[in-house]
Amino acid sequence: MPVAVEGIYGIVAEFDTPSDLVRAAQAAYKDGWRRMDCYTPYPVEEAAEAIGFHKNKVPLVTLTGGLMGLCAMFSLETWISTLAYPLNIGGRPTYSWPAFIIPAYEWTILFAGLSAAFGMLAMNGLPSLYHPLFNAPNFRDGATQDKFFLCLEALDPKFDVAETRAYLESFAPTSVVEVEY
Amino acid sequence: MATKDFKTEDPRLDPETGEFRVLAPGQDFKSVTEKISGIVLTPKTSLGWFAIFSLGGAVATLVLVAVTWLFLKGTGIWAITQPVAWGFAIINFVWWIGIGHAGTLISAILLLFKQGWRNSINRFAEAMTIFAVVCAGMFPLIHVGRPWLGYWLFPLPNTMNVWPQFRSPLLWDVFAVSTYATISVVFWYVGLIPDFGTMRDRSQSKFAQFAYGLVSLGWRGSVRHWMRYETASLLLAGLATPLVLSVHTVISFDFAVAVLPGWHTTIFPPYFVAGAIYSGFAMVLTLAIPLRKAYHLEGLVTDRHIDNMGKVMLGTGLIVAYGYGMEVFMAWYSASHWEFFMMWNRMFGPMGWSYGILIACNIAIPLTTLWSRKLRTNITFMFLISLVVNTGMWFERFVIVVTSLYRDFLPSSWGTYRATKWDYATYVGTLGLFTALFLLFVRFLPMIPMNEIKMMLPSAKITPKAEPIVDAGGD
Repeated sequence: MPVAVEGIYGIVAEFDTPSDLVRAAQAAYKDGWRRMDCYTPYPVEEAAEAIGFHKNKVPLVTLTGGLMGLCAMFSLETWISTLAYPLNIGGRPTYSWPAFIIPAYEWTILFAGLSAAFGMLAMNGLPSLYHPLFNAPNFRDGATQDKFFLCLEALDPKFDVAETRAYLESFAPTSVVEVEY
Repeated sequence: MATKDFKTEDPRLDPETGEFRVLAPGQDFKSVTEKISGIVLTPKTSLGWFAIFSLGGAVATLVLVAVTWLFLKGTGIWAITQPVAWGFAIINFVWWIGIGHAGTLISAILLLFKQGWRNSINRFAEAMTIFAVVCAGMFPLIHVGRPWLGYWLFPLPNTMNVWPQFRSPLLWDVFAVSTYATISVVFWYVGLIPDFGTMRDRSQSKFAQFAYGLVSLGWRGSVRHWMRYETASLLLAGLATPLVLSVHTVISFDFAVAVLPGWHTTIFPPYFVAGAIYSGFAMVLTLAIPLRKAYHLEGLVTDRHIDNMGKVMLGTGLIVAYGYGMEVFMAWYSASHWEFFMMWNRMFGPMGWSYGILIACNIAIPLTTLWSRKLRTNITFMFLISLVVNTGMWFERFVIVVTSLYRDFLPSSWGTYRATKWDYATYVGTLGLFTALFLLFVRFLPMIPMNEIKMMLPSAKITPKAEPIVDAGGD
């Protein structure tokens, strides 16, 4: 188990263009870095590919949620209409399943949508209002606006303050900053 | 398709394709961020904003007054009676919810079809959806006259052991509309999270930093987060797409499952959905045209957007026209005496004027002019046509509800319908409510999604390796 360097979260390099970031991330991944992340103002798929993040579980959570919604509403309707409060209207069957499809369909979408949104947030570890990266002075100045960041984290076994800084500087970034915890 | 003869000097045209540009040239990450967040973060609020907001707010108080009186006196203050037991409440409900549909269409269906041009208009179209659903949702709730008993519609355990009737289309409505409202809000909020992060980082005042910081949930733009976020957005879009189609379909079932001539038609679901999108796009235009003028957003909401929305209106308008035609055809072809009388009475009876307005505003004026690209890019014309279509679509609901009900099978049960001042007060009041809510949105939230616009900029393209960096830092 790698041990973090005391007081340091990682070292972050700032780039002006997404291309520079992607190239640096690719090189770092190739050189064996694993505990790292890129920060961009909009989704850059190539950067996620570069750091080896290919798949996520959001679709699975969504599917599960949707099926739960479907089962929940259809069972509820069936139970209400046949057992809890059967209404005889013109001799029609109490279990009139075609009429039950619409609410069940709506709940499939409702549960799936809520699962997609909240599942995504949960898997991202949000909400979390504090993150060490916000301590980096240049991060708040551009990470959500027009700058691209590569962070090599202290938890990586290859991490060494001086060496990592030199390594990141070799990509010719705009700035390199140590991120405090 | 590329057009061959075009003037490349025209700055609105893309020199490569000859099409109207999606974004005006000369934008970069910084300018987009500054432009959009600047509208919200400026401490100065324009006088025009205050003027329109006060007007909207003043009109919105009409709802408050009308609804208070309604709760005191009951639904008898409205014009509804036999035979027209459904009046303005259902007309306005269907009209408002239809307006909401363009927002979902733009944010969901156009996202799935990878229509990049939607990015400039989807945020405020979604806001429009939510506020329209707020206005729409109010009507079924207040039309029961005793809204404090509205929870009877939900399958909640209660001491009376009474449960809702799941074979009723009105109950389907409850689930369709509440799901639609919830998913619209969730989709909208998820879309806003990264932009809230940008607002948090750019705001100067402590309060704004705190408020945007709170709602941004600590968003920091990690690409891992972005990938999950993208998947979730795409899935939400995929889920909202059948929702757009199903909500208005379910609403059309309110009518179509009845046996009344004029309501009992299988064309209703697709025709209602098309009508909803038609009026929804008209409302997006009604809002977008003054907005881009007031906030100088011509570089982001370009002529291409106006042109494309005109095309969508033309397409959906034609479907609506087909629906009208089919109603007339079926009235004749079905050889149903009552159906035929209903249609004749709808066109030439005492309320024929409403059918005339409907045909003029939905068919005659827009569908003859929207073919012309020149007119589609004429901003004043498009603004006027959007008002015309909104009016026409309101009359469509009026015609369906009133002219079907007021003269049904038995001449002895015939009557008429004349809206009271409380009907008008409630309706006009919701227009004010919508305006006021929309202006609050424009003032406090980024009305164009910054992160989505940035994805479309040329500088977002990943260029192939420029210089060798393979051995950089290697040992």
